Amino acid sequence: MRVALFVTCLADQFFAEAGVAAVKLLRHLGVEVDFPLAQTCCGQPAYNAGYWGEARQMADHTLSVFEGAEYVVLPSGSCTTMLRAFYPELYRDTPRKFTQALALSGKTYELAEFIVRVLGVTQLGRGLEGQQIAYHHGCHALRELGIKNEPVALLKNAGAEVVDWPAATECCGFGGLFAVKLPEVSLSMADRKLSTLPETDVLTSADGGCLLHLGGRIKGRGLKMAVKPLASVLWDAVQKVQEENPHAG
Amino acid sequence: MPVKANDYPKESARILREEPQVRDSVTGATLNFERNRQAAYAEVGAQAWRDWAEAVKNHVLTHLDTYLEQAERSLTANGVRVHWAEDAEAARRIVAEIARSGGVKKVVKAKSMLSEELGINPMLEGMGIEALETDLGEYIIQLLGQSPSHIVGPAIHLSLEQIRRLFHERFGTPPEAAPDALASVARKLLREGFLKADMGISGGNFVVAETGTLALIENEGNIRLSTSAPRIHLALVGIEKLLPRFSDLAVFLSLTARAATGQRLGTFVSLIQGPRREGETDGPEEVHVVLVDNGRSSVLADPQAWETLRCVRCAACLNACPVYRQTGGHAYGYVYSGPIGAVLAPGLLGLEQTQPLPYASSLCGACYEACPVKIPIPKLLLTWRNRAVEEGLTPRLERAAIAGYTLAMTHPALYKLASKALRLLPEKALDNTVVPVLKAWTQGRAGLEPSPRSFRELWEEGIK
Repeated sequence: MRVALFVTCLADQFFAEAGVAAVKLLRHLGVEVDFPLAQTCCGQPAYNAGYWGEARQMADHTLSVFEGAEYVVLPSGSCTTMLRAFYPELYRDTPRKFTQALALSGKTYELAEFIVRVLGVTQLGRGLEGQQIAYHHGCHALRELGIKNEPVALLKNAGAEVVDWPAATECCGFGGLFAVKLPEVSLSMADRKLSTLPETDVLTSADGGCLLHLGGRIKGRGLKMAVKPLASVLWDAVQKVQEENPHAG
Repeated sequence: MPVKANDYPKESARILREEPQVRDSVTGATLNFERNRQAAYAEVGAQAWRDWAEAVKNHVLTHLDTYLEQAERSLTANGVRVHWAEDAEAARRIVAEIARSGGVKKVVKAKSMLSEELGINPMLEGMGIEALETDLGEYIIQLLGQSPSHIVGPAIHLSLEQIRRLFHERFGTPPEAAPDALASVARKLLREGFLKADMGISGGNFVVAETGTLALIENEGNIRLSTSAPRIHLALVGIEKLLPRFSDLAVFLSLTARAATGQRLGTFVSLIQGPRREGETDGPEEVHVVLVDNGRSSVLADPQAWETLRCVRCAACLNACPVYRQTGGHAYGYVYSGPIGAVLAPGLLGLEQTQPLPYASSLCGACYEACPVKIPIPKLLLTWRNRAVEEGLTPRLERAAIAGYTLAMTHPALYKLASKALRLLPEKALDNTVVPVLKAWTQGRAGLEPSPRSFRELWEEGIK
């Protein structure tokens, strides 16, 4: 099985190690990974801000980059949503492109979702044993794509204690340009979300944007908490076992 | 109420800075509503109810001319006088005329958002008519000279302390009075109002075209009294509030209550079939229904926005909205706030006056999950944003930034170059307060730190 990794511009620039972790994780699970070098940004910031003409240009580009792929996998819930749910919306009035967008939509998966739903793997290792982990559900993955149990199951099955977070499914206040267009409201939302977070070792999420925002707020307020992308945490689940037991697998 | 939607960015920041108790009060109240709604939906598996309600509302809206005419016939046959108001001014004129010809001196008001939309109270006051709000929350904000901050709970932005202080100053209640004691003071004052009023003004949750029934949902009994004690009852109803059949109420009354407060049914449901008939001992002598357009038919004619008119004003979207929760409704500068306000305002008033509101959302989608009639609010917000861009209403700097970003993202070589350049910047270069976007980011957040090497560099070197 071959997968084209769409690392997303955000991970490319700010969470490169999460991209590396995604590659290692997929290879570990027997998947060949391609990285089409012409990939850039899915266009979601433009789409969400109302610049649909510009978003379409980026969608055009992305459609051509991933045209031949068997599967497209992204370590990001909201960018997955952009390809899967919003590209078809963008091409509603152009049937040929709409068909192309639907084809891409049908083979696009968020990383944890791909592991659980396509590969049928729910057990990555026990490398998270004894760790308390808080999982932030990105809104798009949760409400547009219905991805809820997959990431949590992978964490739990790796031995993590996923903490009971009353506001786990509440928006963190990132929202792309929203975070800088209405910074006070955005920060207030982050504070509200963080105020309900029980003590925990690691805060993780499939969404880099949310982590940049929450992580930036955590650091800005001088709170003590590790913030780590889901792909990296899932690779820990595998790798820590391998380190302890180098001849297994 | 003057529209100040353009001030949303400034006003939301000001409320957060200067009135932090608003966030606490609104968050507490809406989370409570939201928990109750979820339980009340789960009890009946509301998905099927919502699908059905959506279909009924769509049917009404796509056959609105027919149902409006049928409603007029049914209401008239019940002895109700039907008036048509194309805009707010026409509506105010109609209400003024009815009040004048009825010799009205005192009016009791049953909570109506449409009345707020039309500016009925200031008009009545201008005529020298006393208008008394009888919903407890609405009464409190009337005392304070404020507008409602929530569609169902108009005073949810206030803390108990603030209400205690208000009642202490106005009515001399003890500074530590219990909520019940405060309510009983208000009850006494309001009861006198009901008995002295010449006219009661209400809104209308639904009007049934088949039977001419005006349906009203409430919890305090003030609507029942306002619509039955005074000799004239006047109901302001938006033209989108119709239901085809009496039996449709069975689901709509319960679904609306579940969505709004998590109740199975409102404590009081009034089904009004016209004025007092011969031999009846109570009820108004005259009942008037004013059917109000005020921009609704232009929303209906809008192929993208028309679904907004399915709204039953339950405020479930406000309760579910994490953005609304931070500031309450006043920040929106319009009578309808929260997610539904953000899509209704541009439809009713135009984008120029309301442009920031569609951006007052993180697009989290919680509103759509809560909506009993499945209004695709996130999609509508995006539509209005796209129109703001098309109409040139977004900031010039933003347009330039988006153009530059698009150029880079459609030219991989440029993107690669930008990626390299990002890593040549001195340390903490992004942690700056000069570039507006970065300034907005770093106020309260640590500065952005790019990974030492981009993923693509690592890939090109080879990942083992």
